[in-house]
Amino acid sequence: MSKPKVAFYWCASCGGCEEAVVDLHEDILGVVSAVDIVFWPVALDFKRSDVEAMKDKEVAVAFINGAIRSSEQHEMVELLRRKAQLVVAFGSCAHLGGIPGLANVFDRGAIVNQACVNAVSVVNDQKVLPSEETTVPEGKLTLPLLWNTVKSLDQTIDVDYYLPGCPPPVNLIGEAVGAILKGELPAKGTVLAPDIALCDDCVRRDTKPEKPALKEFFRPHQVKADPEKCLLAQGLLCLGPVTRKGCGSVCVKANMPCTGCMGPTSNVVDYGAKALSAIASLVDSNDDKEIAAIISKVADPVGTFYRYSLPASLLHRRYNGSTERG
Amino acid sequence: MSDKNVAGSDFEPRIVAFFCNWCTYTAADLAGTARMVYAPNARVVRIMCSGRLDPQFVLAALRKGADGVLIGGCHPGDCHYQEGNYKALRRFTLLKTLLAAMGIEEERVRLEWIAASEGDKVQRVINEMTEQVRKLGPLRLEQIHQIEGSHHSAAQVGKHAVMEGAV
Repeated sequence: MSKPKVAFYWCASCGGCEEAVVDLHEDILGVVSAVDIVFWPVALDFKRSDVEAMKDKEVAVAFINGAIRSSEQHEMVELLRRKAQLVVAFGSCAHLGGIPGLANVFDRGAIVNQACVNAVSVVNDQKVLPSEETTVPEGKLTLPLLWNTVKSLDQTIDVDYYLPGCPPPVNLIGEAVGAILKGELPAKGTVLAPDIALCDDCVRRDTKPEKPALKEFFRPHQVKADPEKCLLAQGLLCLGPVTRKGCGSVCVKANMPCTGCMGPTSNVVDYGAKALSAIASLVDSNDDKEIAAIISKVADPVGTFYRYSLPASLLHRRYNGSTERG
Repeated sequence: MSDKNVAGSDFEPRIVAFFCNWCTYTAADLAGTARMVYAPNARVVRIMCSGRLDPQFVLAALRKGADGVLIGGCHPGDCHYQEGNYKALRRFTLLKTLLAAMGIEEERVRLEWIAASEGDKVQRVINEMTEQVRKLGPLRLEQIHQIEGSHHSAAQVGKHAVMEGAV
Protein backbone atom coordinates (compact mmCIF):
# COMPACT_ATOMS: atom_id res chain seq x y z
CA MET A 1 0.00 0.00 0.00
CA SER A 2 1.33 3.43 -0.86
CA LYS A 3 2.17 5.87 1.92
CA PRO A 4 -0.20 8.75 2.72
CA LYS A 5 0.71 11.91 0.83
CA VAL A 6 1.44 15.08 2.76
CA ALA A 7 1.79 18.67 1.54
CA PHE A 8 3.21 21.72 3.34
CA TYR A 9 2.60 25.25 2.19
CA TRP A 10 3.33 28.75 3.44
CA CYS A 11 1.38 31.94 2.85
CA ALA A 12 1.92 35.24 4.72
CA SER A 13 4.37 33.91 7.29
CA CYS A 14 7.94 34.27 8.47
CA GLY A 15 9.23 30.75 7.88
CA GLY A 16 9.25 29.91 11.58
CA CYS A 17 6.57 27.26 11.08
CA GLU A 18 8.79 25.50 8.53
CA GLU A 19 11.56 25.59 11.14
CA ALA A 20 9.21 24.00 13.61
CA VAL A 21 8.75 21.02 11.26
CA VAL A 22 12.53 20.64 10.99
CA ASP A 23 12.71 20.98 14.78
CA LEU A 24 11.18 17.51 14.98
CA HIS A 25 14.90 16.58 14.60
CA GLU A 26 15.41 12.84 14.16
CA ASP A 27 11.69 12.24 14.71
CA ILE A 28 11.22 13.69 11.23
CA LEU A 29 12.83 10.51 9.87
CA GLY A 30 9.93 8.55 11.33
CA VAL A 31 7.50 10.95 9.70
CA VAL A 32 9.28 10.78 6.34
CA SER A 33 9.29 6.98 6.41
CA ALA A 34 5.56 6.91 7.17
CA VAL A 35 4.43 9.52 4.64
CA ASP A 36 5.24 10.73 1.20
CA ILE A 37 5.87 14.50 1.08
CA VAL A 38 4.53 15.60 -2.28
CA PHE A 39 4.77 19.38 -1.94
CA TRP A 40 6.89 21.61 0.30
CA PRO A 41 8.17 24.68 -1.55
CA VAL A 42 10.59 25.72 1.20
CA ALA A 43 12.43 22.39 1.15
CA LEU A 44 11.61 20.35 -1.95
CA ASP A 45 11.52 21.13 -5.64
CA PHE A 46 7.89 20.40 -6.46
CA LYS A 47 5.95 22.98 -8.44
CA ARG A 48 2.40 24.18 -8.48
CA SER A 49 1.86 22.22 -11.70
CA ASP A 50 2.72 19.01 -9.80
CA VAL A 51 -0.10 19.74 -7.38
CA GLU A 52 -2.47 20.65 -10.19
CA ALA A 53 -1.72 17.31 -11.86
CA MET A 54 -2.88 15.36 -8.78
CA LYS A 55 -6.33 13.89 -8.47
CA ASP A 56 -8.77 15.61 -6.11
CA LYS A 57 -8.38 14.37 -2.53
CA GLU A 58 -5.20 12.54 -3.49
CA VAL A 59 -3.24 14.25 -0.71
CA ALA A 60 -4.07 12.90 2.75
CA VAL A 61 -3.28 16.09 4.62
CA ALA A 62 -2.10 19.61 3.77
CA PHE A 63 -0.41 21.62 6.52
CA ILE A 64 -0.82 25.30 5.63
CA ASN A 65 0.90 28.05 7.59
CA GLY A 66 0.64 31.81 7.22
CA ALA A 67 -2.20 34.28 6.91
CA ILE A 68 -3.95 34.91 3.59
CA ARG A 69 -3.46 38.36 2.10
CA SER A 70 -2.89 37.97 -1.63
CA SER A 71 -4.67 36.54 -4.65
CA GLU A 72 -1.83 34.06 -5.15
CA GLN A 73 -2.10 32.71 -1.60
CA HIS A 74 -5.85 32.46 -2.04
CA GLU A 75 -5.46 30.47 -5.27
CA MET A 76 -2.89 28.15 -3.73
CA VAL A 77 -4.94 27.32 -0.64
CA GLU A 78 -8.04 26.72 -2.76
CA LEU A 79 -5.99 24.36 -4.91
CA LEU A 80 -4.66 22.53 -1.85
CA ARG A 81 -8.16 22.35 -0.39
CA ARG A 82 -9.33 20.55 -3.54
CA LYS A 83 -6.42 18.12 -3.53
CA ALA A 84 -6.34 17.35 0.19
CA GLN A 85 -8.64 15.24 2.34
CA LEU A 86 -7.63 17.18 5.45
CA VAL A 87 -6.40 20.75 5.82
CA VAL A 88 -4.59 21.71 9.02
CA ALA A 89 -4.13 25.41 9.77
CA PHE A 90 -0.57 25.34 11.04
CA GLY A 91 0.58 28.06 13.44
CA SER A 92 -0.88 31.33 14.72
CA CYS A 93 -1.08 33.08 11.33
CA ALA A 94 -3.15 30.37 9.64
CA HIS A 95 -5.14 29.82 12.85
CA LEU A 96 -6.05 33.42 13.80
CA GLY A 97 -4.25 35.73 11.35
CA GLY A 98 -1.07 36.09 13.39
CA ILE A 99 1.47 38.89 13.29
CA PRO A 100 0.80 39.71 9.59
CA GLY A 101 -2.82 40.22 10.64
CA LEU A 102 -1.82 43.40 12.47
CA ALA A 103 -1.70 44.94 8.98
CA ASN A 104 -5.49 45.18 9.42
CA VAL A 105 -4.90 48.31 11.50
CA PHE A 106 -3.87 49.94 8.21
CA ASP A 107 -5.16 49.67 4.68
CA ARG A 108 -3.43 48.48 1.58
CA GLY A 109 -2.58 51.96 0.28
CA ALA A 110 -0.81 52.96 3.49
CA ILE A 111 1.11 49.69 3.63
CA VAL A 112 2.28 49.83 0.02
CA ASN A 113 3.27 53.48 0.33
CA GLN A 114 5.24 52.80 3.50
CA ALA A 115 7.01 49.77 2.05
CA CYS A 116 7.73 51.17 -1.41
CA VAL A 117 8.04 54.93 -0.95
CA ASN A 118 8.29 56.25 2.61
CA ALA A 119 10.56 53.75 4.37
CA VAL A 120 13.91 55.42 5.14
CA SER A 121 15.86 52.68 3.41
CA VAL A 122 13.92 53.03 0.15
CA VAL A 123 15.01 55.19 -2.79
CA ASN A 124 12.03 55.55 -5.10
CA ASP A 125 11.95 59.12 -6.39
CA GLN A 126 9.40 58.35 -9.08
CA LYS A 127 7.12 56.76 -6.49
CA VAL A 128 6.70 53.60 -8.52
CA LEU A 129 4.20 51.29 -6.85
CA PRO A 130 3.67 47.61 -7.59
CA SER A 131 0.81 47.13 -10.00
CA GLU A 132 -1.02 44.00 -10.98
CA GLU A 133 -0.14 44.41 -14.63
CA THR A 134 2.87 45.96 -16.35
CA THR A 135 3.33 46.07 -20.09
CA VAL A 136 6.87 45.58 -21.37
CA PRO A 137 8.03 45.10 -25.01
CA GLU A 138 7.91 41.33 -24.54
CA GLY A 139 4.32 41.36 -23.32
CA LYS A 140 2.33 41.70 -20.13
CA LEU A 141 3.80 40.99 -16.69
CA THR A 142 1.52 40.30 -13.77
CA LEU A 143 1.87 40.29 -10.01
CA PRO A 144 -0.47 38.82 -7.38
CA LEU A 145 -2.91 41.29 -5.85
CA LEU A 146 -2.26 42.33 -2.27
CA TRP A 147 -5.54 42.41 -0.33
CA ASN A 148 -6.72 45.33 1.74
CA THR A 149 -7.54 42.99 4.62
CA VAL A 150 -5.53 40.05 5.95
CA LYS A 151 -7.51 36.87 6.67
CA SER A 152 -7.00 33.72 8.67
CA LEU A 153 -7.04 30.45 6.75
CA ASP A 154 -10.58 29.50 7.77
CA GLN A 155 -11.88 32.85 6.53
CA THR A 156 -10.69 31.73 3.10
CA ILE A 157 -11.17 27.96 2.83
CA ASP A 158 -12.71 25.18 4.89
CA VAL A 159 -10.27 24.05 7.61
CA ASP A 160 -10.38 20.68 9.39
CA TYR A 161 -7.96 21.18 12.30
CA TYR A 162 -5.80 23.85 13.89
CA LEU A 163 -2.29 23.60 15.29
CA PRO A 164 -1.82 26.78 17.32
CA GLY A 165 1.38 28.54 18.35
CA CYS A 166 4.05 30.79 16.95
CA PRO A 167 5.40 28.36 15.89
CA PRO A 168 3.41 25.29 16.99
CA PRO A 169 5.25 23.37 19.73
CA VAL A 170 7.11 20.34 18.40
CA ASN A 171 5.35 17.88 20.71
CA LEU A 172 1.94 19.06 19.47
CA ILE A 173 3.07 18.65 15.85
CA GLY A 174 4.28 15.14 16.63
CA GLU A 175 1.02 14.24 18.37
CA ALA A 176 -1.05 15.66 15.51
CA VAL A 177 0.90 13.78 12.84
CA GLY A 178 0.62 10.60 14.93
CA ALA A 179 -3.13 11.02 15.35
CA ILE A 180 -3.60 11.61 11.63
CA LEU A 181 -1.53 8.55 10.69
CA LYS A 182 -3.51 6.36 13.10
CA GLY A 183 -6.80 7.90 12.02
CA GLU A 184 -7.59 8.81 15.63
CA LEU A 185 -8.85 12.31 15.07
CA PRO A 186 -11.16 14.43 17.21
CA ALA A 187 -14.20 16.30 15.87
CA LYS A 188 -13.63 18.52 12.86
CA GLY A 189 -12.66 22.07 13.82
CA THR A 190 -10.75 21.05 16.92
CA VAL A 191 -7.66 22.96 17.98
CA LEU A 192 -5.08 20.23 18.50
CA ALA A 193 -3.85 21.43 21.91
CA PRO A 194 -5.04 21.21 25.53
CA ASP A 195 -8.18 23.27 26.23
CA ILE A 196 -6.94 24.85 29.49
CA ALA A 197 -5.32 28.22 30.17
CA LEU A 198 -1.55 28.51 30.43
CA CYS A 199 -1.58 29.50 34.13
CA ASP A 200 -2.63 25.92 34.87
CA ASP A 201 0.79 24.73 33.73
CA CYS A 202 2.86 27.67 34.82
CA VAL A 203 6.06 27.06 36.76
CA ARG A 204 5.26 30.21 38.75
CA ARG A 205 1.68 29.26 39.54
CA ASP A 206 2.20 29.04 43.28
CA THR A 207 3.36 32.67 43.39
CA LYS A 208 0.23 34.00 41.69
CA PRO A 209 -1.89 35.91 44.21
CA GLU A 210 -5.54 34.88 44.54
CA LYS A 211 -6.46 38.22 42.99
CA PRO A 212 -3.54 40.24 41.61
CA ALA A 213 -4.12 43.98 42.16
CA LEU A 214 -2.06 46.35 40.06
CA LYS A 215 -1.33 50.04 40.45
CA GLU A 216 1.04 50.06 37.51
CA PHE A 217 1.71 48.16 34.28
CA PHE A 218 5.19 47.71 32.84
CA ARG A 219 6.61 46.69 29.51
CA PRO A 220 9.37 44.05 29.66
CA HIS A 221 12.17 46.56 29.05
CA GLN A 222 11.03 48.80 31.91
CA VAL A 223 11.62 46.42 34.82
CA LYS A 224 13.98 43.68 35.82
CA ALA A 225 11.51 40.86 36.32
CA ASP A 226 11.86 38.55 39.30
CA PRO A 227 12.56 35.15 37.67
CA GLU A 228 10.48 33.21 40.22
CA LYS A 229 7.41 35.34 40.82
CA CYS A 230 4.17 35.47 38.80
CA LEU A 231 4.82 38.00 36.01
CA LEU A 232 1.29 39.36 36.19
CA ALA A 233 1.74 40.11 39.89
CA GLN A 234 4.82 42.13 38.89
CA GLY A 235 2.74 44.34 36.59
CA LEU A 236 3.87 42.71 33.35
CA LEU A 237 1.08 42.05 30.85
CA CYS A 238 1.28 38.26 30.91
CA LEU A 239 -1.65 36.82 28.95
CA GLY A 240 -1.39 33.36 30.48
CA PRO A 241 -4.84 33.56 32.14
CA VAL A 242 -6.57 33.74 28.73
CA THR A 243 -4.18 31.77 26.53
CA ARG A 244 -4.38 28.10 25.73
CA LYS A 245 -1.62 26.00 27.25
CA GLY A 246 0.48 23.45 25.38
CA CYS A 247 3.61 25.49 24.69
CA GLY A 248 5.40 24.36 27.85
CA SER A 249 5.40 28.01 28.97
CA VAL A 250 8.70 28.61 27.18
CA CYS A 251 8.38 32.42 27.31
CA VAL A 252 7.61 32.49 31.03
CA LYS A 253 10.56 30.17 31.65
CA ALA A 254 12.72 32.72 29.79
CA ASN A 255 11.34 35.42 32.13
CA MET A 256 9.15 36.95 29.42
CA PRO A 257 5.38 37.40 29.73
CA CYS A 258 3.04 35.30 27.58
CA THR A 259 1.94 37.23 24.48
CA GLY A 260 -0.84 34.83 23.57
CA CYS A 261 0.36 32.99 20.45
CA MET A 262 -1.56 29.82 21.30
CA GLY A 263 -4.82 31.73 21.08
CA PRO A 264 -7.87 31.35 23.29
CA THR A 265 -9.47 28.29 24.83
CA SER A 266 -12.56 27.00 23.06
CA ASN A 267 -15.04 29.01 25.18
CA VAL A 268 -13.77 32.35 23.95
CA VAL A 269 -14.95 34.02 20.74
CA ASP A 270 -12.69 37.07 20.72
CA TYR A 271 -9.27 36.54 22.26
CA GLY A 272 -8.31 40.21 22.53
CA ALA A 273 -11.55 41.24 24.23
CA LYS A 274 -11.14 38.45 26.76
CA ALA A 275 -7.49 39.36 27.39
CA LEU A 276 -8.46 43.01 27.79
CA SER A 277 -11.18 42.00 30.24
CA ALA A 278 -8.77 39.91 32.31
CA ILE A 279 -6.09 42.61 32.46
CA ALA A 280 -8.44 45.53 33.15
CA SER A 281 -10.12 43.74 36.03
CA LEU A 282 -6.77 43.61 37.87
CA VAL A 283 -6.50 47.40 38.06
CA ASP A 284 -6.38 48.30 41.73
CA SER A 285 -8.49 51.44 41.90
CA ASN A 286 -12.10 52.57 42.10
CA ASP A 287 -11.43 56.12 41.00
CA ASP A 288 -12.11 56.90 37.36
CA LYS A 289 -9.13 59.25 36.95
CA GLU A 290 -6.70 56.87 38.62
CA ILE A 291 -8.08 53.96 36.58
CA ALA A 292 -7.52 55.97 33.39
CA ALA A 293 -3.96 56.83 34.47
CA ILE A 294 -3.09 53.19 35.20
CA ILE A 295 -4.67 51.98 31.96
CA SER A 296 -2.84 54.60 29.91
CA LYS A 297 0.31 52.54 30.66
CA VAL A 298 -1.02 49.76 28.42
CA ALA A 299 0.86 50.74 25.29
CA ASP A 300 -0.75 49.79 21.99
CA PRO A 301 -3.84 47.88 23.14
CA VAL A 302 -4.48 46.39 19.68
CA GLY A 303 -0.91 45.12 19.33
CA THR A 304 -0.92 43.83 22.89
CA PHE A 305 -4.25 42.03 23.01
CA TYR A 306 -4.62 41.06 19.35
CA ARG A 307 -0.96 40.39 18.61
CA TYR A 308 -1.82 37.08 16.92
CA SER A 309 -5.54 37.30 16.34
CA LEU A 310 -6.75 40.56 14.79
CA PRO A 311 -8.18 39.01 11.58
CA ALA A 312 -10.07 36.38 13.62
CA SER A 313 -11.44 39.01 16.03
CA LEU A 314 -15.00 40.34 15.98
CA LEU A 315 -13.86 43.70 14.59
CA HIS A 316 -11.56 41.96 12.07
CA ARG A 317 -9.90 45.17 10.89
CA ARG A 318 -9.65 48.85 11.69
CA TYR A 319 -12.86 50.60 10.80
CA ASN A 320 -12.39 53.50 8.46
CA GLY A 321 -15.88 54.87 8.03
CA SER A 322 -15.38 57.40 5.26
CA THR A 323 -13.33 55.33 2.78
CA GLU A 324 -14.93 51.97 3.37
CA ARG A 325 -18.44 53.27 3.16
CA GLY A 326 -17.38 54.22 -0.36
CA MET B 1 -37.03 45.33 11.82
CA SER B 2 -38.49 48.45 10.31
CA ASP B 3 -35.52 50.82 10.54
CA LYS B 4 -33.37 51.20 7.51
CA ASN B 5 -29.67 50.97 8.10
CA VAL B 6 -28.56 53.35 5.39
CA ALA B 7 -27.06 56.80 5.45
CA GLY B 8 -29.44 59.68 5.05
CA SER B 9 -32.45 61.16 6.73
CA ASP B 10 -34.28 57.86 7.18
CA PHE B 11 -31.40 56.33 9.15
CA GLU B 12 -32.57 55.10 12.55
CA PRO B 13 -29.68 54.23 14.88
CA ARG B 14 -29.69 50.78 16.41
CA ILE B 15 -28.44 50.93 19.97
CA VAL B 16 -27.92 47.86 22.10
CA ALA B 17 -28.25 48.76 25.78
CA PHE B 18 -26.88 46.47 28.49
CA PHE B 19 -28.61 47.46 31.73
CA CYS B 20 -27.90 46.02 35.16
CA ASN B 21 -30.83 44.32 36.84
CA TRP B 22 -30.74 46.28 40.09
CA CYS B 23 -30.41 49.90 39.03
CA THR B 24 -30.57 50.86 35.37
CA TYR B 25 -33.02 48.21 34.23
CA THR B 26 -35.29 49.13 37.13
CA ALA B 27 -34.93 52.78 36.10
CA ALA B 28 -35.95 51.88 32.54
CA ASP B 29 -38.97 50.09 34.02
CA LEU B 30 -39.80 53.21 35.98
CA ALA B 31 -39.51 55.34 32.85
CA GLY B 32 -41.99 52.98 31.23
CA THR B 33 -44.54 52.92 34.05
CA ALA B 34 -44.25 56.71 34.33
CA ARG B 35 -45.02 56.88 30.59
CA MET B 36 -41.97 58.93 29.80
CA VAL B 37 -41.50 59.32 26.07
CA TYR B 38 -38.06 58.69 24.61
CA ALA B 39 -36.38 57.47 21.44
CA PRO B 40 -37.33 53.88 20.58
CA ASN B 41 -33.82 53.13 19.28
CA ALA B 42 -32.38 51.26 22.26
CA ARG B 43 -32.79 47.49 22.49
CA VAL B 44 -32.33 46.69 26.16
CA VAL B 45 -30.56 43.53 27.30
CA ARG B 46 -30.83 42.91 31.02
CA ILE B 47 -27.71 41.62 32.76
CA MET B 48 -27.46 40.95 36.47
CA CYS B 49 -24.61 43.41 36.96
CA SER B 50 -22.58 45.76 34.77
CA GLY B 51 -19.61 43.75 36.07
CA ARG B 52 -20.99 40.79 34.08
CA LEU B 53 -20.52 42.69 30.85
CA ASP B 54 -17.84 40.85 28.93
CA PRO B 55 -16.18 43.23 26.44
CA GLN B 56 -16.92 40.52 23.87
CA PHE B 57 -20.63 41.43 24.19
CA VAL B 58 -19.92 45.00 23.10
CA LEU B 59 -17.82 43.93 20.12
CA ALA B 60 -20.36 41.25 19.12
CA ALA B 61 -23.17 43.84 19.20
CA LEU B 62 -21.19 46.22 16.98
CA ARG B 63 -20.18 43.42 14.65
CA LYS B 64 -23.74 42.17 14.30
CA GLY B 65 -25.30 45.46 13.34
CA ALA B 66 -25.48 47.82 16.32
CA ASP B 67 -24.54 51.42 15.60
CA GLY B 68 -23.90 52.08 19.28
CA VAL B 69 -23.72 50.31 22.64
CA LEU B 70 -24.95 51.77 25.92
CA ILE B 71 -23.94 50.26 29.24
CA GLY B 72 -25.90 51.14 32.37
CA GLY B 73 -24.92 50.28 35.94
CA CYS B 74 -25.45 51.39 39.53
CA HIS B 75 -23.74 54.53 40.78
CA PRO B 76 -20.28 54.02 42.34
CA GLY B 77 -20.74 52.67 45.86
CA ASP B 78 -24.26 51.38 45.08
CA CYS B 79 -23.47 48.08 43.35
CA HIS B 80 -25.69 45.24 44.52
CA TYR B 81 -22.57 43.05 44.38
CA GLN B 82 -20.30 45.66 46.03
CA GLU B 83 -17.68 46.01 43.29
CA GLY B 84 -19.19 44.97 39.95
CA ASN B 85 -19.64 48.47 38.59
CA TYR B 86 -15.99 49.31 39.34
CA LYS B 87 -14.98 46.26 37.39
CA ALA B 88 -17.18 47.46 34.52
CA LEU B 89 -15.53 50.89 34.70
CA ARG B 90 -12.02 49.39 34.50
CA ARG B 91 -12.91 47.21 31.54
CA PHE B 92 -14.80 50.01 29.81
CA THR B 93 -11.81 52.38 30.20
CA LEU B 94 -9.45 49.91 28.52
CA LEU B 95 -12.04 48.93 25.91
CA LYS B 96 -12.39 52.60 24.91
CA THR B 97 -8.67 52.84 24.15
CA LEU B 98 -8.93 49.71 22.03
CA LEU B 99 -12.00 50.93 20.14
CA ALA B 100 -10.30 54.26 19.43
CA ALA B 101 -7.32 52.42 17.95
CA MET B 102 -9.72 50.37 15.83
CA GLY B 103 -11.33 53.50 14.40
CA ILE B 104 -14.70 53.25 16.21
CA GLU B 105 -15.92 56.73 17.16
CA GLU B 106 -15.95 57.46 20.88
CA GLU B 107 -19.64 58.40 21.03
CA ARG B 108 -20.74 54.97 19.86
CA VAL B 109 -19.98 53.26 23.17
CA ARG B 110 -21.10 54.88 26.41
CA LEU B 111 -21.17 53.97 30.10
CA GLU B 112 -23.68 55.64 32.43
CA TRP B 113 -24.50 55.18 36.09
CA ILE B 114 -28.29 55.27 36.43
CA ALA B 115 -29.99 54.56 39.76
CA ALA B 116 -33.32 52.76 40.07
CA SER B 117 -35.09 56.06 40.77
CA GLU B 118 -33.64 57.87 37.74
CA GLY B 119 -36.19 57.08 35.04
CA ASP B 120 -35.65 60.57 33.68
CA LYS B 121 -31.94 59.86 33.24
CA VAL B 122 -32.74 56.78 31.13
CA GLN B 123 -34.92 59.02 28.99
CA ARG B 124 -32.25 61.72 28.66
CA VAL B 125 -29.30 59.35 28.00
CA ILE B 126 -31.12 57.31 25.37
CA ASN B 127 -32.34 60.47 23.63
CA GLU B 128 -28.87 62.01 23.69
CA MET B 129 -27.12 58.93 22.48
CA THR B 130 -29.64 58.32 19.71
CA GLU B 131 -29.01 61.82 18.37
CA GLN B 132 -25.21 61.50 18.67
CA VAL B 133 -25.19 58.19 16.82
CA ARG B 134 -27.63 59.54 14.24
CA LYS B 135 -25.11 62.28 13.48
CA LEU B 136 -22.30 59.75 13.13
CA GLY B 137 -24.32 57.64 10.74
CA PRO B 138 -24.54 53.88 10.46
CA LEU B 139 -21.62 51.68 11.49
CA ARG B 140 -22.47 48.83 9.13
CA LEU B 141 -19.62 46.60 10.25
CA GLU B 142 -21.44 43.47 9.15
CA GLN B 143 -21.91 44.73 5.60
CA ILE B 144 -18.24 45.65 5.32
CA HIS B 145 -17.28 42.18 6.49
CA GLN B 146 -19.64 40.58 4.03
CA ILE B 147 -18.06 42.45 1.13
CA GLU B 148 -14.54 41.64 2.19
CA GLY B 149 -15.40 38.16 3.34
CA SER B 150 -16.75 37.04 -0.01
CA HIS B 151 -14.11 35.34 -2.07
CA HIS B 152 -15.25 36.70 -5.38
CA SER B 153 -15.41 40.35 -4.49
CA ALA B 154 -12.21 40.36 -2.45
CA ALA B 155 -10.26 41.10 -5.60
CA GLN B 156 -12.48 44.07 -6.36
CA VAL B 157 -12.04 45.49 -2.88
CA GLY B 158 -8.31 45.07 -3.36
CA LYS B 159 -8.37 46.71 -6.77
CA HIS B 160 -10.10 49.72 -5.35
CA ALA B 161 -7.31 49.94 -2.76
CA VAL B 162 -4.65 49.68 -5.44
CA MET B 163 -6.07 52.75 -7.10
CA GLU B 164 -6.18 54.61 -3.81
CA GLY B 165 -2.63 53.57 -3.09
CA ALA B 166 -1.41 54.76 -6.47
CA VAL B 167 -2.43 58.35 -5.83
